[in-house]
Amino acid sequence: MNETRKLAQPEATPETQPFWDAAREGKLLIKRCGGCGEAHYPPRAICPFCHSADTAWEKSKGAGSVYSFSIMRRSPTGPYTIAYVQLDEGPRMLTNIIDADPDSLAIGGRVCLTFTETGGDAPPVPMFRPAPQAS
Amino acid sequence: MSIKGKAYIAGAFEHPLRKAPDVSTPQLHAECAMGALADAGLSLDDVDGYFCSGDAPGFGGLSMADYLGLTGLSHIDSTETGGSSYILHVSHAAQAIAMGKCTVALITLAGRPRSEQVRWPRPNSFEGPFEAWCGGSTHNTYGMAAMRHIHEFGTTSEQLAWIKVAASQHAQYNEHAMLRDVVTVEDVLQSPMISDPLHRLDCCVVSDGGGALVVVAPEVMKSLDRPAVKILGAGEAVKGQNGGKVDLTYSAAAKSGPAAFAEAGVTPADIKYASIYDSFTITVLMQIEDLGFCEKGKGGAFVTDGNLISGSGKLPFNTDGGGLCNNHPTNRGGMTKVIEAVRQLRGEAHPAVQVPNCDLALATGIGGSLGIRHGAATLIMERAA
Repeated sequence: MNETRKLAQPEATPETQPFWDAAREGKLLIKRCGGCGEAHYPPRAICPFCHSADTAWEKSKGAGSVYSFSIMRRSPTGPYTIAYVQLDEGPRMLTNIIDADPDSLAIGGRVCLTFTETGGDAPPVPMFRPAPQAS
Repeated sequence: MSIKGKAYIAGAFEHPLRKAPDVSTPQLHAECAMGALADAGLSLDDVDGYFCSGDAPGFGGLSMADYLGLTGLSHIDSTETGGSSYILHVSHAAQAIAMGKCTVALITLAGRPRSEQVRWPRPNSFEGPFEAWCGGSTHNTYGMAAMRHIHEFGTTSEQLAWIKVAASQHAQYNEHAMLRDVVTVEDVLQSPMISDPLHRLDCCVVSDGGGALVVVAPEVMKSLDRPAVKILGAGEAVKGQNGGKVDLTYSAAAKSGPAAFAEAGVTPADIKYASIYDSFTITVLMQIEDLGFCEKGKGGAFVTDGNLISGSGKLPFNTDGGGLCNNHPTNRGGMTKVIEAVRQLRGEAHPAVQVPNCDLALATGIGGSLGIRHGAATLIMERAA
């Protein structure tokens, strides 16, 4: 369990360059369609719901809840948690939940955005951690 | 237009090897092809339609057709829907035969994940940059589907374990099965957690090997001596993340199943035997619900107490031991699902697990990942009189 988990480095395309530029500034962008009003993720030039090309970038507030998750226990670099997080804006995105005791996680739990570096010149990636408990 | 009664499965072959360090992958494809053609009483010279998927090395169908010396092809199809491809290929072969594009269709699968490193590039995919860093594997993405099912419907690990128990009851009779020991629910729950909530014994085996099928036109079937397995109906569907409207509670089998039943003109209650792709226990549970063998959310109760065990249960499944115990060649289980259904319809399954008077069978599969994006294929077959 001594190896460090190496994250695949994302490569931007002309279609997704703004997403990764924003990630470097700690911002999570989603796309919203001007045709049907729906938000989607991962971002595309053409809306996957109504197929309008009138899609615009929108900054997510970075808050959401756990839709589902699974803790990979048999990893040479130690357990890690893959999850779908439902953003408050609507889309459910594939991500990881970090900085959490895996056994304390539950579906429906509130989480907030945190970016994780992927090394070198590659952009960081949007992960989540448990939201601070409201007192 | 329908494929009902327009084509027959005349040959089926499951490679006996589970570890194949001493042969090449194309060679394994060829051995499977020869096995299925010999089973049908045909030869490579008779083949005019060829079907393969992402496991075919090199340039896929082009490389394999060249390697096999298939010079008489009038139809070729390399549709890739992961492990469900080969169930779908039977349907596509029947379609091509019905349209007069070919008369003898060969479908092959082979690979050696235990003996060689298989790379899985997804060049230029839209999803790669958004998913690769998440560390998704089959275990943890199917795990997420299972986790949500438990959350929504109260399904339990004990219920999932019953699926493995039933598979192991069948595998004890299969001399080629990788895992022949009968296991209990407790054994499954005590096995190490791989990715919550899936234990090691909720997961299928990893095996080298392969299989092949031969699908023929009615006039070809008449000239052969083998029992005829008539294709009655088929359905296929794909499902993904839907732009972020992810719903892990159902699979694309919710579409492929009803389409297949409608074409065949039969209902789930009519099915005597079902091959259900079992990459993981949750894969079986999800498909049982989505095909309509029980209500959505009631799959846990349905599989409990040995209901899938041949001889005692209401829905005998995977009587070869399935992917959970027998074989999961090159991580693609659709081929062996059709092969065991053919054995059942011919009355050639092991006597201990042969379903009496098995005249109507189903094979269904999920390829890709239940938790990310997948293709489902469902096939309904009948023993011809």
